[in-house]
Amino acid sequence: MHKRTFLKFSALAAATVLSMPLMAHAENATLKIGFVGVTSGPAAAWGISNQRSMETRAAWLNELGGVKIGDKTYNIQIVPFDDQKDPKRAIAGMEKMAQDGVHYVVGPNVDDGAAAVRPVAEQNGIMYFPYAFPKELFTAPASNAILGMVANYQSGPAIYKYLKENKGVKKVAFVAANESDPLSQRESGIAAAQALDLEVVSGNVTYQVDTTDFTPVLLPVIQASPDLLVLSGVSPANAPQLIRSARELGYTGFISTETGQDATVLQEGAGELAEGFISVGGASTPELASDTMKEFVDRYTKMFGEYNDESNTKVYALEYIIETLKANPAAIDNVEEYKKTMDTFEAANPFMKGDAKLKYVGMTSFGQKRQVSVPLVVNEFKGGKFETLFVGQVD
Amino acid sequence: MEQIIANGLYLGAQYALIALGLTLIFSLMNVLNFAHGQMYVFGGFVTYTVVVQLGLPFIVGLFASAIVLAIMGAAIEKFLFAPVIRRSKRDESTMLLAAGIAFFLDAVILLAFGEKQRGVPKIVNGVFNWDMRIIMPYDRILIGVLAILLIVVFIGFMNYSRTGRAMRALAQDKMAAQLMGVNVARYSMIGFALGAMLAGLVGGLLVTITGVNLGMGGPTSVKAFLMIMIGGAGVISGAIAGGFILGMMESVGLTVLSAYGDITYLVIFATLMVFLAVRPQGLMGKPWG
Repeated sequence: MHKRTFLKFSALAAATVLSMPLMAHAENATLKIGFVGVTSGPAAAWGISNQRSMETRAAWLNELGGVKIGDKTYNIQIVPFDDQKDPKRAIAGMEKMAQDGVHYVVGPNVDDGAAAVRPVAEQNGIMYFPYAFPKELFTAPASNAILGMVANYQSGPAIYKYLKENKGVKKVAFVAANESDPLSQRESGIAAAQALDLEVVSGNVTYQVDTTDFTPVLLPVIQASPDLLVLSGVSPANAPQLIRSARELGYTGFISTETGQDATVLQEGAGELAEGFISVGGASTPELASDTMKEFVDRYTKMFGEYNDESNTKVYALEYIIETLKANPAAIDNVEEYKKTMDTFEAANPFMKGDAKLKYVGMTSFGQKRQVSVPLVVNEFKGGKFETLFVGQVD
Repeated sequence: MEQIIANGLYLGAQYALIALGLTLIFSLMNVLNFAHGQMYVFGGFVTYTVVVQLGLPFIVGLFASAIVLAIMGAAIEKFLFAPVIRRSKRDESTMLLAAGIAFFLDAVILLAFGEKQRGVPKIVNGVFNWDMRIIMPYDRILIGVLAILLIVVFIGFMNYSRTGRAMRALAQDKMAAQLMGVNVARYSMIGFALGAMLAGLVGGLLVTITGVNLGMGGPTSVKAFLMIMIGGAGVISGAIAGGFILGMMESVGLTVLSAYGDITYLVIFATLMVFLAVRPQGLMGKPWG
């Protein structure tokens, strides 16, 4: 009997203790932040790294008691939508966000999706953070889109210039998937290479995204003997196979891309053949990563089993939204207020060492501040992991 | 030219093996298995898990893929397709079921294996280089030879084993086979398991070359259907011919037409449309089915 009473009290006490944080959190209001992007199909890694970065950071902030914006404290709730890399689905996703009263959305991940959602976002007062590069999304009169990363026309010239000046690269070849994003990135890459007086020896070879054997695709490109092979807009799924096929065909020059890649995927898919591969990375190089960034990586890994290197960049969008709202609480349901704050906004960057700042940039590329400031980290793949080749900054 | 032919033969061998399982299932059960590509992907992930995650030899991974997919195929036939075929006379019922299984497997693959591209380290290092006329990595040559070997074993099994003969009888005339004492339910299940096992084996073989990812299932199914349309649906020799023809067309197109942009598949599809207008049953299919 005594034992039963003891058990009852123990259970009651445990239930009370366990429910206390929930009760505390339940008192908080909810701030919904949307995600519309690709979380299925060959490019799923792009969107899933976005969604999981947001969910990891949101869970962390909620665990700390929520986010104080003005007089109220909010729990962050992530509202995800898989657009399957289809512009029609992206529109449906953005409409769903509008119906749910969401004013801040991360995504879409690709050009056509980002362009397709623009009218819906503008009509419904939604600010969105695409990982897509069409300049018309970020230049006036457009004002609701904020580029969530460094664009290829910003990183490409920096990479080509570095390779030209330091490695003697003279001839460049471009290969792209037959899709809008890679093709537009190829065009801007070719323009950037030509502006640097590099000779483009092959610029029209494309491939289907579902290609399983890239040897026939790359054969005519390798025969043109480039010093640098640029894999324009290559997805993490295709990059290892392209690198492997190029090397197996005897290509010994440089290979680069302006998209983010994952070290484990490269190591598994191409192994030592990927040595020297140059790609754009995020902010968690050992030289740059703060303790907060390291904890983020740990938490992400604990939540989802495996970290994705692309999250080094994708961790930023949610932070920018929250910190900008903190700077101007009136923007919580009014994106015009958000836009007013962007020009002067500045906050400490928790993911980088030193006194790095979160601030909006893009004046040079877009004529207005419609880009998050993340470091332009160019990596080289060495010994199964990325090593920083050089770090730049976009203004 | 030598390189184009070598690429075509390699592609053809892997395509033919993919198409074999699909056409076997179609010939036995008149089912268009839209989940065939997802089964291929599943097989690739099983091999990846066994070889990379568990650190076991590649051959163990390959066997594991074959066994897991055979069990999966048998279960899908017994618990899903067989009841639907029993209850519904409409072809679209099995088509919808197959499409549903494809979506289901996509979700299972995402949950079980994640969203990332996965690959198994090269099983053989080195590249065969014949005076720059044919360049072919040794692992591709090995996989190509293994694929051709598997096709030969499969044909031998279908022609000379009791089970194979029973399945061929079933494919030719279900009613007559039943009257001759062939257990339709049993051999349908074995046939589906064999088809799924072939998909798993190809996935396991190719994960060393192409890697595997969540999104490969759908496009693989489309290519497999393309091959059996060329060769003739339900005809094993047709699937093999279709695989090699598609492989060769792809290899030639990607080299010869590369200067004009990505028009290889446009040309292949246009050619296929004209071909099917002239010969809708495919190269080796019969007009009556």
